Amino acid sequence: MKTDLVHLSTDVLVMGAGAAGMYASVAASRNGADVILVDKNLIGRGGATIMAQMTVAAAVGEQEPDTWEGHYADTLTAGRGLCNERLAAILCEEAVERIHEMDGWGVGWAREDGHMTQVMAPGHSVQRCVYVDFLNTGPAVAKCLRTKVAQGDNIRRISGVGITDLVVNDGTVTGAVGYNQEDGTPVTIAAKAVILAGGGLTGIYRRNSASLNMGGDSYALALRAGAELTDMEFVQFFPIGHLAPRLVGMDPIMWDPFRYKLGGRLFNGKFEEFLHNYGEEDSGKYTAPRDITSFAIMQEDAAGRGSPHGGAWLSFEHVPEDDLRAAFGPVIDRLLNNGIDLTKQGIEVSPIAHYHMGGVRVDEQMATRVQGLYAAGEAVGGANGANRLSGNAIPEAFVFGERAGRFAAAAAAGKSAAWEGAQATEALDRLAARTSGDGSQPDSLDLPGMGKELMSLMWDQVGLSRTHDTLSGALSRIQEMRAAVEAMPPSSGGEFDLALRGWYDLRASLLTAETVTLSALNRTESRGAHWREDFPANDPAFETNQYIALNGNDLESAFVPVTHR
Amino acid sequence: MNDIQKEIMKLKVQRGGPEDEARYDTFEVPYEPGASVLDALIWIRQEEDASLAVRYACINANACKECMVQVDGQVEYACTARLSAGTMTIEPLSNKRLIRDLVTDIVPPKEQLGEVNKK
Repeated sequence: MKTDLVHLSTDVLVMGAGAAGMYASVAASRNGADVILVDKNLIGRGGATIMAQMTVAAAVGEQEPDTWEGHYADTLTAGRGLCNERLAAILCEEAVERIHEMDGWGVGWAREDGHMTQVMAPGHSVQRCVYVDFLNTGPAVAKCLRTKVAQGDNIRRISGVGITDLVVNDGTVTGAVGYNQEDGTPVTIAAKAVILAGGGLTGIYRRNSASLNMGGDSYALALRAGAELTDMEFVQFFPIGHLAPRLVGMDPIMWDPFRYKLGGRLFNGKFEEFLHNYGEEDSGKYTAPRDITSFAIMQEDAAGRGSPHGGAWLSFEHVPEDDLRAAFGPVIDRLLNNGIDLTKQGIEVSPIAHYHMGGVRVDEQMATRVQGLYAAGEAVGGANGANRLSGNAIPEAFVFGERAGRFAAAAAAGKSAAWEGAQATEALDRLAARTSGDGSQPDSLDLPGMGKELMSLMWDQVGLSRTHDTLSGALSRIQEMRAAVEAMPPSSGGEFDLALRGWYDLRASLLTAETVTLSALNRTESRGAHWREDFPANDPAFETNQYIALNGNDLESAFVPVTHR
Repeated sequence: MNDIQKEIMKLKVQRGGPEDEARYDTFEVPYEPGASVLDALIWIRQEEDASLAVRYACINANACKECMVQVDGQVEYACTARLSAGTMTIEPLSNKRLIRDLVTDIVPPKEQLGEVNKK
């Protein structure tokens, strides 16, 4: 084991290298800042961006006339009254500029007849979503931004470093502490500004479409640094995640683009269409919002009308093979290799944790209440309210990333570094304790087992359907696990020690899970993605956001009025 | 939900670091037909041996390209190689520097902490 500390310093430190973190790095760099961009996995290959299948919403108006105000109106409607209107307006207005900028960088938005092709997606009033064929939006965006980041000569990229703690001096962030995954080397990074772009929290749910590094790191780092989170009870469950038969090498969200292009029909276990019973369209129309479709599939299954694996059937059997091939080309062969012939069989789908509406509370400059601390992308809470409109996640990464980078660079300019090594001592001691072993002693806690238990607990008790009893039971168990993990004695070690990473991941996930559970317990109504079986009605008195922050080691939350423009 | 019928196969996994003589641990893995080698490696870490070192990020989408290993001597992504009955042997990439177990050094040189620290 290496134990020699590596110390680096920079103007702007960016944690997380998906689209938000990479865009933030490019923006900070072109505004004159030196940047260090770190990721626990490989730069531009982990996180949610690379998994994005298709839609990117922006009112570029190339398919049909559109305005950003129209996009904004649709975003507010989907958000069920809880959108931070200032953030939503920024998102919709600046998405247009960012899509054109990415176009100029050669991302390769799909085109026909000399204009960008834009498709309709649920909740949008016009054909608004650009994409890269075939199901290649995420990889194309990631590749394009990886190239831009590599070209910035004042951007240093570090893969395989996990950030464990932020260092805060008198209400101002001064840098961060982390470890090198390969050998456990402790790392300190002095920074005049820090941007949290580590994505959302869906990895804490049993059924999820997340990458390994999406267990809520940004939220836990923000909380421990003294920042607030908002709307943590609102987890988006994507309604038609792949369920069966087993499919490898493809993202479980892949049926979404199929429905954009081909419609598709949704049936319950009795092969009856059912969305009309929940006030929505069926018969091949893909218009029902995500929260309502998820709810409908769950209700059908609960009533004994689920598909064999507990979801619903999605069928394209009525679509001619030529149309399938025209829409998805090589993807049809990848499905055939998985034993799936869409002309002959339906597949089973069910809700899957997909995105987090809640997140770090920021102002229009993406700044938190901690001086020098910013957030970007999915880590930011508020823009999407209680339910996110399809296609808003990637523009959010671009727009909030660009803003966070630009304003962080401005804040860093002319500021002198305030790093004091002594303030990193507590975090470094904790890390040293975790890396002091030689790998010969087993951990005193079953970390993978606890991670698995947390994922089941969140899915079963803090998932699609919640009650006071399921939530309060989950809350006490999460608090118990958090105390045990935080008090856990050191034991592990060795090269590429996943137990080291596992401990830090679980420490972040448990604190994050507690914020979701407590916020859900406090919201005694149903709205958007938050369904309380014991409070099924929407209550106008709850048209408020909920902020949550740490006081010592305890979470405190409060309802506050929605931010209007 | 119906109980899914599980079958049992054996996964023989190379262990140890660059200084060690390569040794193999064999795990009996329950699996649903169609499951991937990565599913089995994740299951082993969760249920049998948390110290197994393996590299992956996107889990199932074949998007991150981190999980490349040798499956019965062929270079494959663990997330797309299917489990089959009998015994399968999983080894690290032979043309990359071994870090430990199935993990090799695939980080681009310019993105390594050591390189960045030299500047």
